[in-house]
Amino acid sequence: MDQLLNDFSPGLFFMQAIILIILILLMRKFAWKPILSSLQDREDGIKNALESAENAKLEMQNLQADNDRLLKEARAEREAMLKEARELKDKMIDDAKTEAQEQANKMIAQAQASIESEKKAAMAELKSQVAGISLEIAEKVVRTELSNKDKQLQLVESMLEDKQLN
Amino acid sequence: MLLFRKEIMIAKQSIKFLVVLFILTASFAVFANGGDHENQHAEGNQIDTQEEINEYIAHHLKDSHDFHFYTNNATGSHFGFPLPVIVWTSEGLKTFMSSEFHHDDAGHVIVEKDGVKLTKIHSKIYELEAGAHEVTLDDHHHATNAHKVLDFSITKSVFGMLLAGLLMLLGFGALARGYKKGHVPTGIGRFLEPLVIYVRDEIAKPNIGEKKYRKFMGFLLTVFFFIWILNLLGLTPLGFNVTGQIAVTVCLAIFTMLIYMFSGSKDFWAHTLWMPGVPVLLRPILAVIELVGFVLIKPFSLLVRLFANMTAGHFVVMSLIALMITMKEAFGPVASTGMSLVLALFISVIEILVAFLQAFIFTMLSSLFIGMAVEEHEHH
Repeated sequence: MDQLLNDFSPGLFFMQAIILIILILLMRKFAWKPILSSLQDREDGIKNALESAENAKLEMQNLQADNDRLLKEARAEREAMLKEARELKDKMIDDAKTEAQEQANKMIAQAQASIESEKKAAMAELKSQVAGISLEIAEKVVRTELSNKDKQLQLVESMLEDKQLN
Repeated sequence: MLLFRKEIMIAKQSIKFLVVLFILTASFAVFANGGDHENQHAEGNQIDTQEEINEYIAHHLKDSHDFHFYTNNATGSHFGFPLPVIVWTSEGLKTFMSSEFHHDDAGHVIVEKDGVKLTKIHSKIYELEAGAHEVTLDDHHHATNAHKVLDFSITKSVFGMLLAGLLMLLGFGALARGYKKGHVPTGIGRFLEPLVIYVRDEIAKPNIGEKKYRKFMGFLLTVFFFIWILNLLGLTPLGFNVTGQIAVTVCLAIFTMLIYMFSGSKDFWAHTLWMPGVPVLLRPILAVIELVGFVLIKPFSLLVRLFANMTAGHFVVMSLIALMITMKEAFGPVASTGMSLVLALFISVIEILVAFLQAFIFTMLSSLFIGMAVEEHEHH
């Protein structure tokens, strides 16, 4: 301890204090301040850049999500439109089909009806014709038959026989 | 990908640079040993006995007024260079070169400057009392008719401090200027920038706190690099032992003490002087204990730790080098030299680590104490 006190040099202490104060002041002004502020600036810059990158990423994600949503909507809309169109088409075809069927049925019915009426008219005409012809034939036959007595008798006879048989 | 590869290249280069620096520092230390070997082997400068070795080491550990590399005892010629002596005597300021003492360190040579007689004993400059022509020493080698003067000389330590300061201004000035050109430092700045960031992020911020650390960075960074560079200079063959000077460590510790005492928060003083939550009778006792702790014990632990570590480091390295002389009788010249070389090299490498460690511990504890002083306690 005595040795230490003896070794302590007030002059050196003083010089050290002066040098240290000057050095601290000089270093602060010329080195530490610019260095620390540059470091701070750089770190802030890096932080900001990272943050903005993160934000951009989020924004991109949002945009992507929007796009996806729009795309989905568009697809759904297209789907719906196609479905509607298909339904419309089917319906139209169905309608056309039923209408055609009805038309055809109606025409067939008409045709049948007219055929029927034509047939009836034809039949009636035929009947009257047949009746006329029959009368003519009958007249001719009767005329010939009644020309001789025997034959008249014979006819009556055969007719009667027919009646009896009936 | 290209950027990544470039970064790897830069990292590789920095690692290479660090390795080169490490080897350079290591070889410095080895060279320091080698230099001393040569000194002791040199013809006519033999330091053979244990007493001579002890004296040589004790002399080295002290501050000195000149750079002394080698003395030829046979011819009495010295190799080295003198430094200016600036002393405040009873007749005012006197300046002259230390060469006027002719390397005398025992009070034999008396320099007379305008009626003031000055002499040097054990690296201290004494002024002879009026009428005395010669120093008389008592049994304990204390001068009886002379007193010490205030010595503002540019001693070896002061020279070392100036050198360290210059290196710092150049190195960190270059780093600071480098930022004007771009965000990424080049050259020496690439090595210095991580160190600055290390001090800021590992020492200042965790101990002082994110909000208040900025104010103390000037002191902490300066002290850290100042101590580190001086410690490393101590490993060079120039033989600086600046951080092993008690005056230097006292000054550093007092700076720390003043800074934390003057930046103490209201809470700090409230807790130091009138501790809440303690019986009133105990409070004055606690105040005394706390004050003694902050004013004396903490700075004392700082200054003694640095001083003792650096002095012990120098002492051990020199003693191991001296092994080659003290062990020559027992093991022969080759074995003793080899042993001393290996051991001294080993310790020198450890000293490189210690140089950093002590700078780190001093700065760390300083910021810890500052952190204690500026802390704002949460009130419940």
